[in-house]
Amino acid sequence: MGKAFAVVLVIITVISTAVFIFHGQLLWLPEDISAHGHGIDHQLMETMAGSGFLFVLSQVLLGIFVWQSSDRSESRKIKTFPGGAKPMVVTAIVLVGLEILALSFVGSKVWAGIYLTPPDPGSMHIDLQAGQFAFYFRYAGADGKFGGLHPDKIDEGNGNFFGLDPANDVAARDDITSASLVIPVNRPIYLTMHSKDVIHSFYVRELRIQQDIVPGLLIPLHFTATKTGRYEIVCTQLCGLGHHNMRAYLEVMPEDQFDQWLKAKEAEQ
Amino acid sequence: MDNTLAKPAAHQHAPPEGFLRKYVFSVDHKVIGLQYYGLALVAVVIGMVLSWLMRVHLGWSTFPIPGLGKLSAAGAPDNIMTPEYYLSLMTMHGTIMVFFVLTNAPFSGFGNYFLPIQVGAADMAFPRMNMMSFWVTLVAFLVLMAAFFVPDGPPLSGWTAYAPLSAVGKDAGPGQALGQSLWGISIAIFCVGQLLGSLNFIATTLDLRTKGMSLARLPFSTWAWFITSVIGLLAFAVLLPACILLVLDRVAGTSFFIPSGLVISDRLQPHAGGSPLLWQHLFWFFGHPEVYIAILPAIGIVSHILPAFMRKPLLGPRVLVGCMAAIAFLSYMVWGHHMFVSGMNPFSALLFSVPTLVITIPATVAVLLWIGSVYGAKLRFTSASLFCLGFISVFISGGISGFFLAQPSIDTYLHATYFVVAHFHFVMGVAAIFAIFAGTYFWMPKMVGRMMNETLGKIHFWLTFVGVYCIFMPMHYLGLAGNVRRYSAFTDDFLVPLIPVHQFITIAALITGAAQFIFIFNLIWSRFRGPKAPDNPWQATSLEWSTSSPPPFDNFGGKQLVVHHEAYEYGVAGSAGDYVMQTSPEVVKAQ
Amino acid sequence: MSELEITAGAGHAGLMEESPYGIPSGKLAMWCFVISDAVTFSAVLFAYGYLRIGSPDWSTPFQFSPTILNGIVMTFILLSSSLTMLAAVEAAKGRRKSACFGWLCATTLLGALFAVLHLREWGRMIDEGWRLFQNPTGGSVHFGAAFFSVTGLHLLHVIGGVCALSVIALGYRRDRYNPIDVEITGIYWHFVDLVWMFVFPLLYLMNAS
Repeated sequence: MGKAFAVVLVIITVISTAVFIFHGQLLWLPEDISAHGHGIDHQLMETMAGSGFLFVLSQVLLGIFVWQSSDRSESRKIKTFPGGAKPMVVTAIVLVGLEILALSFVGSKVWAGIYLTPPDPGSMHIDLQAGQFAFYFRYAGADGKFGGLHPDKIDEGNGNFFGLDPANDVAARDDITSASLVIPVNRPIYLTMHSKDVIHSFYVRELRIQQDIVPGLLIPLHFTATKTGRYEIVCTQLCGLGHHNMRAYLEVMPEDQFDQWLKAKEAEQ
Repeated sequence: MDNTLAKPAAHQHAPPEGFLRKYVFSVDHKVIGLQYYGLALVAVVIGMVLSWLMRVHLGWSTFPIPGLGKLSAAGAPDNIMTPEYYLSLMTMHGTIMVFFVLTNAPFSGFGNYFLPIQVGAADMAFPRMNMMSFWVTLVAFLVLMAAFFVPDGPPLSGWTAYAPLSAVGKDAGPGQALGQSLWGISIAIFCVGQLLGSLNFIATTLDLRTKGMSLARLPFSTWAWFITSVIGLLAFAVLLPACILLVLDRVAGTSFFIPSGLVISDRLQPHAGGSPLLWQHLFWFFGHPEVYIAILPAIGIVSHILPAFMRKPLLGPRVLVGCMAAIAFLSYMVWGHHMFVSGMNPFSALLFSVPTLVITIPATVAVLLWIGSVYGAKLRFTSASLFCLGFISVFISGGISGFFLAQPSIDTYLHATYFVVAHFHFVMGVAAIFAIFAGTYFWMPKMVGRMMNETLGKIHFWLTFVGVYCIFMPMHYLGLAGNVRRYSAFTDDFLVPLIPVHQFITIAALITGAAQFIFIFNLIWSRFRGPKAPDNPWQATSLEWSTSSPPPFDNFGGKQLVVHHEAYEYGVAGSAGDYVMQTSPEVVKAQ
Repeated sequence: MSELEITAGAGHAGLMEESPYGIPSGKLAMWCFVISDAVTFSAVLFAYGYLRIGSPDWSTPFQFSPTILNGIVMTFILLSSSLTMLAAVEAAKGRRKSACFGWLCATTLLGALFAVLHLREWGRMIDEGWRLFQNPTGGSVHFGAAFFSVTGLHLLHVIGGVCALSVIALGYRRDRYNPIDVEITGIYWHFVDLVWMFVFPLLYLMNAS
C-alpha cells in the first residue's frame, strides 16, 4: 500500500508539473500587450520556477519516505531524521525567507509601477462606467472636458448611460459615449472608473491589469497597450445574474485609424 | 450554578436518563460532539450536491437537470438552471461548507468529543452552555436552509456577501430579498454559537487537565482546538456586528455599506455615503482567521494520528505547536490580501503582502516536520493513516498556490480566477476534509464502539485522492488562462475553448462525489454491524485510548487519571513495548 | 467554602493540574467573553470612525444642555454603579449576605436608571427627527446610524446586565449562588462601564458643538 501511494503520488506530481511546462496555447496566459506586463510575467515565471521546484521536491520526498517506511520487517529499525527538527526550521526560514525577500523586493517595484505611479502627463483620459451588466466608455470630446454625472438623469433607453445633462452642462454636450474601449496603440491611457450600482471589476488578460470598480469611489487606472488588436474586457467581481455576460471589447488601433474613429464619433454627436 | 473548578471525575453530573436527556438535550460533551458531527454530515451532503449541480451546469449550461425545477420553479424553468440560481447555489455551497462543515466537524465535532477526554476531564467546564452552543448552531443552520424556500430564493452574492450587492435589498435582483437577510441573521446566530463553544474549549483546556497533564504533554489535537478557540473568540466577534450592520442596511434603511447615488433596476437608491470597502475590511478581518480556524484543527488531528501509524513520535513537537501559534497570530495581520485590487489604497497591498508571505514559513516548517517524521518510520497503512499522508500532499499543493496569490503583482492577473478557486479548495475543501476523514476512521471505533471497514476505507481513500487531484489541479491551468470565477456559464471568446476542461472536472467531481457514499455507507453499516472495537485498537498513547469504546458517561468511570508521559511515546528506547501510554505508570529508564 | 478552596487546584487534593491563571473557570470564561465583546465593540467603533472620517458633512448637533449634561449624569450613574458593584463583591467575599444584597440592589437600580435616562434621550432625539437613516439637521445620515447602533448595542448590554444582576441578587440571597458568581457578574458590569468610557467621548463629546 505504501509503495502504491508513493507511485501514485509521483505520477500525480509528474503529470501536474508536465502540464505546467507543456501548457500549449490554451492553458496559459495570453500574449502580453502592455507596457508594464513583462514585470508581472517575469514575477509569475520566477514564482512558478521556485514553487515548481519545491512542489516536485516535497511531493517526491514524501513519496520516497513513504516507500521506504512501508518496509515493516522486524530487522528494520525506526530512525529519526538526522538533526531532528532543527534542519527543518533552518531550511524553512532560510529558503522561504530568502525567496520572500527577493520576490517582495522585485514584486513591490512591479506593483508600484502600475498602481503607485501617477499617469503619464500626456495620457489620454477616458472615463469608464460599469453597471449591471455592461461597461460604457466616455471620451471628453473636442473641448477636452468631461461633463458632470447625474445619477438621477440616467436613461438607458435613450442612450444616456452616464446621466449627462447636456441641456444645462456645456462640457457634457460633446462627450462621446462608446460601448467599446477604443484606444490608439502605444499611447498612455488614463482611465477613471466608477460604478453605477454594485462593485464590478475591469479585467483585460492581455493587459495584465485588473481593478475593482467600487461605487462611491472614483478609481484611477493607467496603462499603455503595445499591440493592436481586439481584446476582451470582462467583469471579475460578482455583480448579479448577468455577471458572466458582462463584457466589452478593447480595440487597440494604429494612431491614424483611431483619429478617424474619433472624428466619426464626434460627427455623430 | 456551580462556578468552582469542575470537580474531579464522577461528580460532574449524574448519568442522564430518558431518551431526550440522553440523546437530544444532552449536556454530555460526547453526545454534543456527535450532534455537531452529524450536523456537519448533513451539511456536507447538501453542500456536495450543490457542487454537483454547479459543476454540471458549468460543463453543460443548457442541460436540463432532472428534478431541479421541483426544487425551484423560478430558479430552473424546465429544469434548466438560470444564471441567478447558479449564483444562489454557489453562495449556499460556500456558506454551508465554510461554516457548517469546516468549522463544525474538525473543531466543534471532534473537539467537543475529544478535548475533555484528552485532558483527562469528565466533561467540558460548562456542560449546559455547551448544549446551548449546539442548539444555537442548529438554529443558525435551519435559518440558512430556510433561504432555499423563500419566494425570491437564496442569496446570490457569494459566501463573501460583498456590499452593495448584498446590502441594497431586492432591487439588486433575484436572490437579494429575504434570502440575503436570512443569510445575515443565520451567520450572526452562528457567531454566537461559536463564541459559546470557544469559552468552553478555553476554560476546559486551561482548568480541567488531570494531574500530570501539563500543557507540554497535551496532544497536538488539543493544542489545535485550544488555539483555534482563541482565534474564534476574536474573529467571530467581528463578523457578528458586521452581519448586524448588513441586516440594518437591508431592513432599517441605514447606509453603512451603501454609497449615495446608486441606480439599481432603474431606481435611484435612497442611501447615502456608506462604504462597500468597510464591509470588506470587517468581513475579511474575520474571514482570514476563519480559514485558519478551518485548517488548524485539521493540522492538529493529522499530527495526532500520524505518530500512532508511524510508531514514532513526530519530529519537533514543541516546534509544531509553535508553528500553530505563529500561524494563528499572523492570521490577524493579513486580511488585506483578499483586497489587493479592491480599490483600497494600493500601498496597503504591499503592507499586507509581507505577513502573508511570512505565514509561509511556519506552514513550511510544519510540512517539513511531517515529511521528516515519515523518514525512518515504520508505516502502518490504514484508512486513517492514508488520509493523513494524503493530507500532507494536498496541503503542499494548496499552500504553494497561495504563495502566488500572496504577491500583489501576480494577484493582479490571478485575482478572481480559477487559480484562487484551486487554492482554497485544495487547502479547505480537500486538506481539511481529509483530516475529517482521517479523524473519523481513527476515532469512530472510540466514539461508537465499532471498527469501520478497512477495505471500504481504502477504496474510499484511493478514489478520493486521485479524484481531488483530477478536480482541482486543472483549475490552476484554467486560472493561468484567465478563467474568471463565479461565472454561471462560459460565453466569452477566450472561455469557450476551455469548456472541455470544465467538463473533465465535472466528470471527475461526480465520480469523486459518488465515492463519498462509500464512506457514508461504511459509517452507517459499521455503526450497526462493524466488529466491536477494543479500548485501544490502534495501540495509541493518548488518554482517549485509556478508556472503553465508547467511554462511559463520565469518560473514565469515576477514576481520576494520572498522566506520567508525553503524548507520543512510540518506539521509546528502554521501554517494555513499542509504545507507552500517557497514563502508564511504567518508568522508562533514560538510555 | 473558603476563598482558597474555590481557586485552582487546592481543593482537589492535587488531583488536577494547576490552572495557569489560578482563577475559577467561570471567571476565566467571563474574562474571555469580555475580551471577545470588546472586539465586537471595537469593530462597531471602527465602522463609526471609518464612516465619520469619510463623511465631509458630519453633524455635531449635541448641545451642552440637555445632551452632554445628560451624558455626564449617565456617566456618573454608571461609575457609581461600578462602585456599588465593588462593594457588593467585597461584602460577598466577607460573607455579609444582606449587605451584599443591598449593594447589588443599588447597582441594579443605578443600571436601570441609566437605561431609563438613555431611553428618554433616545425618545427626545427621535421626536426631533433623528433616525437610523435620517438627520434632521441635514448633515450625514450616518450620524443616526452610528449613534443609535453604538449606543443601542451598549444599552442592550446594560439591560442584559440589569437582568443578570437581579437574578444574581435574588439568587445569592437564597444561597443559589456563591461569592464567585457575584464577582463574575461584577467583571461583566465593570466591562459595560468601561465600554461607556469609550462611547461617551467618541459618540457624545466628539459630536458636541
